[in-house]
Amino acid sequence: MRLAAFDEMLPEVSGLRRPYSAYDRWLKEQDPARLTEKMQDAERVFRKTGITFAVYGEQEASERLIPFDIVPRIISGNEWRRLTQGIEQRVQALNAFLDDIYHRQEILRAGRVPRDLIAKNEAFLPEMIGVRPPAGVYTHIIGVDIVRISEDEFYVLEDNARTPSGVSYMLENRETMMQLFPELFQKIKVRPVENYPQLLRQSLAAVRPQGTKGAPTIAVLTPGSFNSAYFEHAFLADQMGVQLVEGQDLRVVDGHVAMRTTEGYKQIDVLYRRVDDSFLDPLTFRPDSALGIPGIMDVYRAGNITIANAPGTGIADDKAIYSYMPEIVEFYTGRKAILGNIPTWRCSEPDSLKYVLEHIHELVIKEVHGSGGYGMLVGPAATKQECEDFAKKLSAKPSNYIAQPTLALSTCPILTEKGLAPRHVDLRPYVLVSDRIQIVPGGLTRVALKEGSLVVNSSQGGGTKDTWVLDD
Amino acid sequence: MLLGRTANGLYWMNRYIERAENMARLVDAGLRMALTRTQSASEEWNSVLLSAGSDVTFKQKYPDYTAANVSDFLLRDTSNPSSTMSSIETARNNARMVRTALTRETWESINEAWMSLKRMLARPIDERDLPNVLDAIKRETALIRGSFYGTMLRNEIFDFSQLGTYVERADNTARILDVKYYVLLPSISWVGSTLDNYQWESILRSVSAHRSYRWVYDADYKPTNIADYLILNVRMPRSLTFCYRFLAEHLKFLSDDYGERHACHATAERTQAMLRAGSIKDIFDTGLHEFLAGFIRDNTRLGDEIAQDYRFY
Repeated sequence: MRLAAFDEMLPEVSGLRRPYSAYDRWLKEQDPARLTEKMQDAERVFRKTGITFAVYGEQEASERLIPFDIVPRIISGNEWRRLTQGIEQRVQALNAFLDDIYHRQEILRAGRVPRDLIAKNEAFLPEMIGVRPPAGVYTHIIGVDIVRISEDEFYVLEDNARTPSGVSYMLENRETMMQLFPELFQKIKVRPVENYPQLLRQSLAAVRPQGTKGAPTIAVLTPGSFNSAYFEHAFLADQMGVQLVEGQDLRVVDGHVAMRTTEGYKQIDVLYRRVDDSFLDPLTFRPDSALGIPGIMDVYRAGNITIANAPGTGIADDKAIYSYMPEIVEFYTGRKAILGNIPTWRCSEPDSLKYVLEHIHELVIKEVHGSGGYGMLVGPAATKQECEDFAKKLSAKPSNYIAQPTLALSTCPILTEKGLAPRHVDLRPYVLVSDRIQIVPGGLTRVALKEGSLVVNSSQGGGTKDTWVLDD
Repeated sequence: MLLGRTANGLYWMNRYIERAENMARLVDAGLRMALTRTQSASEEWNSVLLSAGSDVTFKQKYPDYTAANVSDFLLRDTSNPSSTMSSIETARNNARMVRTALTRETWESINEAWMSLKRMLARPIDERDLPNVLDAIKRETALIRGSFYGTMLRNEIFDFSQLGTYVERADNTARILDVKYYVLLPSISWVGSTLDNYQWESILRSVSAHRSYRWVYDADYKPTNIADYLILNVRMPRSLTFCYRFLAEHLKFLSDDYGERHACHATAERTQAMLRAGSIKDIFDTGLHEFLAGFIRDNTRLGDEIAQDYRFY
């Protein structure tokens, strides 16, 4: 089944869209052979810098490049303003929801979200009940996945409120494009994304613990150099000019978290952690974790360290909670959600399950706690056998699944050997929350490189594009 | 401010870069000798392995000493933790770990060395290609060193890196000298005689000093002169004295910066003083082997003390 999708550059009905007009003029002047050359240049740059990600379970190709496409994805200033309003509203609601869930639980009392959904959810951390993080911020760094269906329809696909990754690709993609096509950036006014690391640093400094004396010491916590996103962890620490630490570098000293330096232990005030909740503190969570810091949760509860994002934020981006986001946004902001949700069937509800099983070949079915495009079924692309097998898994544990219609995600052209060809894309803008909300004009555009494919995840053959927000 | 783990990574990254190159140089010397002295080729390869400290593990894996076997083992065998390929891989893993402490140029040169050597050493080396492969290894490590010296700030990061380089280098020079003298100088009565033996050249070759030796001494290879050059010469970049001059200097930068002296400072200064006061005659009088064995022991201890004093673990 081929879906008729909206192309962001060349929609079938109206011809070339305006945001792309200057780029299109430039493109028509280019020699195709030279473009192909540039494409290879780009790959060399990425490999040389070591911008790779590790693929689990593949010994030989354990370090791979995420393919990069040199055709930018272009968003007009107007479109961006609308998007940012919606994102801001959503992010406010997410933080308000988290504060409420770990304190008074008004939204449960009001019956807008079922109590069971929280209490029985693994992403809900009872340890966080009654804990108010420094500056009251729970989720400091958010990557909201957005898909587009038509000229005016944008939907949120996922709220990544735990430890969203990919921002280093946004930055390196831009860097690479500026190296390859400097003349383009003189012709077209593209809003800069380069200051993201500085904004991140300021944002983290702004949410330091109250008792911090002087400038706060910030560190990035990584699971280590074998983690798939290690490049990004190192990149961000480097760009912010802060230490990149592992659990083995840290310990609790005199009620504070401190890192082992060549001159002894030094206190850390703000920890941007890229380690999952369950590994954070072996004394509180998984006792076998070697990645965390024994006792950090006690320091946190005493208000002596900022952990970004706060433990327990997963309850806000859980796929089961996702379907309640319209209610959540309205409950906390008092207004209808500007950015819509994709209609979602909760398979835990018998009527929905029945519908989903009957329409399995039309739907996308996801695991509630899954990520990375694993454990999902894209009905229209699956064989009859695959659908039947999945139906069995689904019936065995319905509450583990949600289903959504197969949307015709918008497409953007990529450069192939035969010239431009449309491919499905999504968009992940990055949001920083401190005493204010900041959204860097741009984001990570992920693109499904296989013709007709809707799965954009890098672990499943997805690539990336530079994302331009025009200064118009 | 520097993490103890980062200091550790920098230290070992540089030890392994140095080691990757030393292995190539040893094979280079062996190859040269095997070509010029056809009769005792297998002896020469044996002594190359002894210098590399890997004779025992080699024998467990390979039936005989041939250029192909030895170069395979020392250059590309990843089950040998000191082979060039293993060393460059370990160096790169350390570099990845301390990436935030390196300039982009330094990281890229290490990453590129790893990529190109991985490609080059993927298959057994054809003997005809061996000289090219050895050149390529030396070129890659020279590029790393070049970008490192050219771009790194001279701070504690630089100091810990240099400590790794010179501890490894001193160890390597001392071992080569020890092994070769054992093999080549069966009786103490030979000391002082002018030796008509091509193999002496291999000592100098394995530390890339066969040309510079002639600039400093006359063209004859004398055991005392060679030992003097490799142990006491102040300007020879691989001599023990040279290594300790820099070890002491970088340790002093650290104690000045941090305002704290440790056990490692005393150890390094003691060795440096011993080298400064020593004459080659004294060394031969007490026994070269005893001298070198003691030096290697102290050098290893210095490495351990640095790790402990600066909280590597």
